[in-house]
Amino acid sequence: MLEVRNLEKWFGPIHAVRSVSFQCAKGEVLGFLGPNGAGKSTTMRMITGFLPPSDGTALLGGYDIREAPVEAKRRLGYLPENAPAYEDMTVEEFLLFIAEMRGFRGRRARERAGETMKRCFLDKVRHQPIETLSKGYKQRVCFAQAVLHDPPILIMDEPTDGLDPNQKRTVRQMIRDMAAEKAIVLSTHILEEVEAVCTRAIIIHEGRIVADGTPEALKARHPSGRLDEVFRILTVGDEAQ
Amino acid sequence: MGLWTAAGIILRRELKSYFQSPIAYVFLVGFLLLVGFLTFMVGGFFEMGQADLRFFFFWHPWVYLLLVPAASMRLWAEERKSGTIELLLTLPVTLPQTIVAKFLAAWLFLILALVLTGPIVLTVLYLGNPDVGVIVAGYIGSALLAGAYLSVGLFASALTRNQVISFVVALLICLFLLLAGWPPVVSMFTRWAPDWLVRTVAAFGVMPYFESATRGVLDIRDMAYFVSVMIVMLLATHWTVENRKGS
Repeated sequence: MLEVRNLEKWFGPIHAVRSVSFQCAKGEVLGFLGPNGAGKSTTMRMITGFLPPSDGTALLGGYDIREAPVEAKRRLGYLPENAPAYEDMTVEEFLLFIAEMRGFRGRRARERAGETMKRCFLDKVRHQPIETLSKGYKQRVCFAQAVLHDPPILIMDEPTDGLDPNQKRTVRQMIRDMAAEKAIVLSTHILEEVEAVCTRAIIIHEGRIVADGTPEALKARHPSGRLDEVFRILTVGDEAQ
Repeated sequence: MGLWTAAGIILRRELKSYFQSPIAYVFLVGFLLLVGFLTFMVGGFFEMGQADLRFFFFWHPWVYLLLVPAASMRLWAEERKSGTIELLLTLPVTLPQTIVAKFLAAWLFLILALVLTGPIVLTVLYLGNPDVGVIVAGYIGSALLAGAYLSVGLFASALTRNQVISFVVALLICLFLLLAGWPPVVSMFTRWAPDWLVRTVAAFGVMPYFESATRGVLDIRDMAYFVSVMIVMLLATHWTVENRKGS
């Protein structure tokens, strides 16, 4: 469903992403782990077509994001970091705009926006301008725009960042509910999240993939059987151990 | 879905967003007050004893100088500051369509402001028998001028995430375009600069092209000038967004 091939990114002299390759199939929830600044967001921004890769590419449902960006983007739902949205619009107006951009017209667009608001528990705030909402609601509004068109591929950059424990549970439940039908990639630096929702995890450090496997397989790499120990050993230099 | 359909949806959202905040109303009232004041008070419309709109159009390049950058400063800067640029550019639409949609939305808004000056035309028509053709040409020239300034503003907005910087940069570039062909400035330069330089710089100026429109002459070369400014600035905007969107 999603195939990432040798992605490279240079920002001037900085080599931010180094030959990152992986695949994500339907039914998989792939956790993208790494310390801050490891290259998680940059990789996701290249997969979604926001940033041009220095080299390599990504195929979304068979469409190359560099050669056929519009076709590739149609198959994608994306929740960027910090959950941006047009804050002067109400929740309903914003989702209606997204529905239309996703090719729904007239009544179908309104129905689609309505269903999505129900599914993401946004009914109560549908007429509120997004700028007046709490962080948790804003996150859910951006989540809603990502899943509105029921995309086969879903990419989420820190979907639970800044949420309280209850909100985190809600978002994780929503991700689990969709998992069977989609290929999902989510980045996080919260390790418990990986164990809670992911079927597979990739650890990235200094722009390079340093581990790729199920959470169980990764845990087995350290005698303690704890993911945070494995994470620490893989992403901290020898001298700091 | 066609890509231009998507562009139309973006255009509508942009146009609506002007009216969702007080910006539109502050802008429209400000524009009408300023144009009215300059035409009737400063321009000496009543003392002139002549029913034409020369002193109405005379002020447009100066009023636009202040107000067009104000209308354009948020177009890209705000998208970058709030992070919505990442949403917008990962929707199934291409960057050229997005740029044209934003440009046309803002241009329609400026043309609306221009249309609202209608009562001034009615006043002139009531007072005398002006040449309607000259008035129409003046309006077309003014709309083209607004579009040219706007394309500069769109480019300036793509340069930065700070709206104030975007405003000032747009104002400075527009001021250059405004003064470049203006006789008092040109004659100041001819004293020391080589002739070819003076003429090259003067060729960039908007004034000669705009003035011929306000005299009722809609020359294809004048139109070509405004359209070229727009195309060059939209291409510059494309290049800037493409290269700076991630920063």
